[in-house]
Formats: sequence, C-alpha cells, structure tokens
Amino acid sequence: MISNKKFYIGALLVSLLLAGVVSFYASSNPDGLEKVAGKIGFLDTAKDHAIADGPLADYGVKGVDNERLSVGLSGVIGVLGTAGISVGLFYFLRKDKSKPSK
Amino acid sequence: MHIPDGFIDLPTSATFGAIAAAGIALSLKGARESLDEKSAPLAGLTATFIFAVQMLNFPVAAGTSGHLIGGALAAILVGPYVATLALSVVLIMQAFLFADGGLSALGLSIFNMSLLGVWVGYGAFLTARKVLPKQKTSIPVAAAVGAFISVPVAAIGFVGQYAIGGTATYSVTTVLAGMVGTHLLIGIGEAVITSLAVSAVIASRPDLVYGWKPTTSNLEIRKA
Repeated sequence: MISNKKFYIGALLVSLLLAGVVSFYASSNPDGLEKVAGKIGFLDTAKDHAIADGPLADYGVKGVDNERLSVGLSGVIGVLGTAGISVGLFYFLRKDKSKPSK
Repeated sequence: MHIPDGFIDLPTSATFGAIAAAGIALSLKGARESLDEKSAPLAGLTATFIFAVQMLNFPVAAGTSGHLIGGALAAILVGPYVATLALSVVLIMQAFLFADGGLSALGLSIFNMSLLGVWVGYGAFLTARKVLPKQKTSIPVAAAVGAFISVPVAAIGFVGQYAIGGTATYSVTTVLAGMVGTHLLIGIGEAVITSLAVSAVIASRPDLVYGWKPTTSNLEIRKA
C-alpha cells in the first residue's frame, strides 16, 4: 500500500493535470440540459448569469487571451480553491480523537 | 446539469433552496461520524477531483456533451453525508466563481446532484453490492450501477422542478422524455469514469474506500 502522503499528493496532481491541461480538450458542445432546452425551445428562458462578466466566468481567466492558458489557469485556480475550502471544511468537521468523546 | 437562472421560477427555486439547506445541515451532522484524521483529507480531495473531472465534457450524441456529476463516486469513496457536502462545495464554487449554474438556481442544482444524485446513486450501489459476490472486485461494478442510475435520477429531479415551477409552457412529458433519453447516455460515461476511479483507489488504498469497508468492518460481536 502506498502511504497517505503519496496518495494525497497523487490525487491532487491528477486533479491539477485534468483541470489544468486535459480540460482544454473537453467537448464544447452544450451539455444534456442545455441541449434538451434548446431542442424543445425553452433555452431562451435562461437569464444571463449574475457574474457572467466575472474574472473566472465560464472557466476562463479574464484578460488571458490564449485559450489553452486561460482554461488551464482557471482549472488550476478551481482545483486549488476547492481543495483549500473542502479539506479545511472536512478537517474542521472531523472527530477529534485526541479528546475523549462525550 | 447546472441549471441557469430563469428556467424555474423564483418561488420554486427558493423552496428547493430551503430543502437544499436542510439537506446540507443534516449532512453536516451526519458527516462528523465518518470524518477522522484519515478520511478528512480524502474527502477534500474527492471534492477536488470531482471539480476537475466536471470540467471534462465528453461528447455523447450529435452536438451534445456530458460530464461527470460525481455524486455516486463521492458517496462510495467517502460516504453519502460527506458526499453531499463535497458536491455542494463544488456546485457553490462553480456558481460563484465560474458562473456555471445560476445563483438563484443553486438550490435546485444542489437538490438534484448533491441530494438525489448522491443518495439514490449510493442506494443503487448498496443494492448492487448486495447481489454481487462479496469480494473487492465487485465494488467497481456496483459503483458503475450506482453511477449510471444517479444521472437520469438527477435529470428527473430537474423535470420535477420544471413541472412545479418551469417558466416555459412546454409539456412536462416532452421535457421528461428529452431529459431522460439524453441523460441515460451521459449515465454511461458517469458509470465508466466512476468505476475507473473507484478501481484506482481500491487498487492503491482499499482501506480508504467507504463503500468497501462496511462489509468487512461492521461485524459486531454480540453476546448470546
């Protein structure tokens, strides 16, 4: 069995690679819901996103013109952000084994 | 299946927002039981991995793409309570940072993916695990079953929301047929990715897989 540390680092690296590099090759076709909405005819009931002009909107970094770099960078930011927030949250929620349970 | 603002009216969105909040509150409570020093980082990395893989849209049919939801995957790796939280973190990040999924529709999306996708997917996984041989190699197969089912179920969740508060007037059966048909195809992709990811974790660290451990570690010793 590989160690905890190696496993965690491996999982983070795989996530960074997928979001930072492979994401560029993802299909840009509409997803299932969008496609169905378009076909049936209610896609135009969608409103613009409240942060449609945000710095990371639609998985691109505003101001970075190179598509590959823009998508990849937004993916890396998303991975590190998700990792930071979720690892923090789950550490906070964990049972503290060092203290006796009530 | 991130719902944009506008598809579903505000009262319905707000109602599902309240249900989603209640589900998250219950999960915050339930998650404490399964989170310890060892599983907390795994739970965080599961959310991280799901965020990354959700960026990878794969083509399904002419002009349509789909991506992993990850509800069943997360439930199998870290348990359903933690999975609900992990998926919710991902959806909140996507809505607030990447403009993916409307802000007023966030409760609708959390209900479909973090609650329905996770819990129904996990239920289907448990059922499949029960009928399959009691061995490690059955887990990725049961994972594929749970993952496959979770996607059309989440899609049906949207159809239910459309039936209650859709702003368009197209018939519910038309939307149901379209959503289920497309998402059965996307479910195949969900099954393949989930099965591969569970296989990889089982091969390297079987002790970290929540959906594998219960069959072996929940044996109680009772006095006669």
